[in-house]
Amino acid sequence: MSAVADHGPVAARPAPVRRMSAAERVRLMLFPNPTQSAVSIVLLLMAAWLLPRLVDWAVLDAVFFADDASACAAPSAGACWAVVSEKYRVMFFGTFPFAAHWRPALAIVLIFAGWGFSAWPRMWSWRIIAVWAVLLPAVLWLMLGGAGLAEVSTGDWGGLPLTLILFTGTVVLGLPLSLLLALGRTSSMPAFRFVCIGIIEIFRGLPLLVVLFLASLLLPLFLGDVTIDKVVRALAGMTLFFSAYAAEIVRGGLQALPKGQFEGARALGLSYWPMMATVILPQALRIVLPALVNDIVRAFKNTSFVAVIGLFDFLGATKAALEDPGWVRYALEAYLFLIVVYFIICSAMSWYALWIEGRLDVSRRATLTEKLP
Amino acid sequence: MTRLWRNAEVRAIVFQALLIGGLGAVLIWGFVNARDALDARGISTGLGFLSERSGFDISETVIPYGPNDTFLAAFLAGLGNTVFVSVAAIVLATVAGILVGLGRLSSNPLLSRLAAAYVEVFRNTPQLVQIVFWYSLAITLPRVRDALELGGGVFLSNRGLTFPWIADPAAGTMVASALGAAFLASLVLVGLPGRRRWRGTALVGLWLATLGIVVISAATAGLERPELRGFNFRGGATLSPEFLALWLGLGLYIAAFMAEIVRAGLRSVDPGQIEAARTLGLPPAKILASVRIPQALRVMVPPAAAQYISLIKNSSLGVAIGYPELFNISNSIATLSGQAIEAVTIMGVLYLLTALAVSALANAYNRVVQVTER
Repeated sequence: MSAVADHGPVAARPAPVRRMSAAERVRLMLFPNPTQSAVSIVLLLMAAWLLPRLVDWAVLDAVFFADDASACAAPSAGACWAVVSEKYRVMFFGTFPFAAHWRPALAIVLIFAGWGFSAWPRMWSWRIIAVWAVLLPAVLWLMLGGAGLAEVSTGDWGGLPLTLILFTGTVVLGLPLSLLLALGRTSSMPAFRFVCIGIIEIFRGLPLLVVLFLASLLLPLFLGDVTIDKVVRALAGMTLFFSAYAAEIVRGGLQALPKGQFEGARALGLSYWPMMATVILPQALRIVLPALVNDIVRAFKNTSFVAVIGLFDFLGATKAALEDPGWVRYALEAYLFLIVVYFIICSAMSWYALWIEGRLDVSRRATLTEKLP
Repeated sequence: MTRLWRNAEVRAIVFQALLIGGLGAVLIWGFVNARDALDARGISTGLGFLSERSGFDISETVIPYGPNDTFLAAFLAGLGNTVFVSVAAIVLATVAGILVGLGRLSSNPLLSRLAAAYVEVFRNTPQLVQIVFWYSLAITLPRVRDALELGGGVFLSNRGLTFPWIADPAAGTMVASALGAAFLASLVLVGLPGRRRWRGTALVGLWLATLGIVVISAATAGLERPELRGFNFRGGATLSPEFLALWLGLGLYIAAFMAEIVRAGLRSVDPGQIEAARTLGLPPAKILASVRIPQALRVMVPPAAAQYISLIKNSSLGVAIGYPELFNISNSIATLSGQAIEAVTIMGVLYLLTALAVSALANAYNRVVQVTER
């Protein structure tokens, strides 16, 4: 018996290599049987018809730079990307004072840096709070001015920085609120449970536009002499809407934990808040993190809704830029550009959700095997 | 005192009293402020305005409506348009979602990559940007005089999609409602869990009856082909660019999520089930129909219902491109009647009821599934 242990395992033989020419591999992949061949031929014919026309329109015949729209009006002209090169300042920064555009640009960089840090699992401790505690005041100082910089009112905020500020504010305020709502909904105290159920179900049942409309137009009626900035009111609506959905995700994580975790923590003498903070929530959040990241992606996409209530976010500022009668005919190209920018940011977040899901799976498996005797 | 504080029950009562007291105080403060603000502006309150003449027209409605009708009729007209565009978009999202989801599972690499690209692009861009994009595409189409003829009397222009339709408006509305209702009924029928021999018969009967309604109305009222007269089409029916943009924006966006639900559902079926069916000698079509789809549906229905609810709620985005759905109309009513609080409350209740009705259906479905499982 010990001979096996002495020699150790025998190395596996390499898998047999199947030699195939590239042409043969393509044939096997695209034309293995009549049905598949028919599908492939139809798709290839469609591509052969579409792609040259698309390349002609989007690249070869396109107008990339022009001082005015007349260059795009030529009958042979394809896509008018000049609308982007001409209007990108308004699209990205809205009505922010032109000479001070470096400030929102720097704010964009800071916010992206903050999200980069937050996505890094090694930062998930007090560091994440420290990073945002430094970055958020810096962003607000850049955007609002004061203390050496010219002051800018929030009415002049616009473009990508406004989108990113609304998104960051929604998540930074909404996540803690969603934890409280989820804990309240699972609380043993009926008053907390009913209030939290009410808040969650109302905000999940209403369209986001209705919530934003309530926050921007009706809320001032109920506040009397207290006035709240328009951007802050929109942010409040976005935050409540986001946290109602996120609370249900967190609740899923709380319910997925075995009861023994709660009982064990209690048996160790932990009271409610220490138990939640050190035993329950870290595990529950780990379970629901991928779902939470997907919800965060949705919150980012949803920031575009504020364009309807008259804020000039990335979409709103682009719409405003297209009010220019010369360029209004090229709205299609401007919106395509917008779609590309949103797509890059959202797919980066979606990829991150997939990556973190795989990583959490791996690390959980690792800790489980380590603990085996 | 400290001993009392150590008692968990006493503490619970104190905390809850504080919560209710605080919340009540905030609410009362808010309502007093609102009352003062309304008094100061001389705005009356109550639901009396609903029976007053609205005085504004709506560009397109499914339910007949004119400026001499009441505010209540305007609400109903908006609700009708919301239901119309939502049902049409649910049809699009379901059909396109199933096709794309099956495409992703195809063994043809071209088809599966194309489907994957569709899902990535439509899922990772904001819905509102997509709707605005479709709208800007719809209004850059050629003018009516140079309309694209798609064949069979169907024209596409910057005024929308014009096609032959039943001449009598009442019969036309009935046919459209019958088609929508038949599709929704089929969704419910197909979604019903368990083995039901009458399902196939019921589906065939349903669509035969619907087809009968279409043919009879078309035969009695007559089909009318659109013709170019002056600056616009005469005859036939036209779907406005606003409707088309909202329909595509709602339907194609949700289709990407539906495709993922279809894919995950079909993938969730244990491969052992399919191997067992093959061992029993079932043909592939039968395996799909009696083994794979019934088990996949159990997983698919709850998330699909959530997507339908999201679609209905986001039909409010029609306001961004001027489609007169419930949100848009309620906005106008709030401005014109001056009774914003009442108008928004009615709108909110209507949306809440719709969402609750769909989720109640989904919950009932879930219960039925669990009963048949054990």
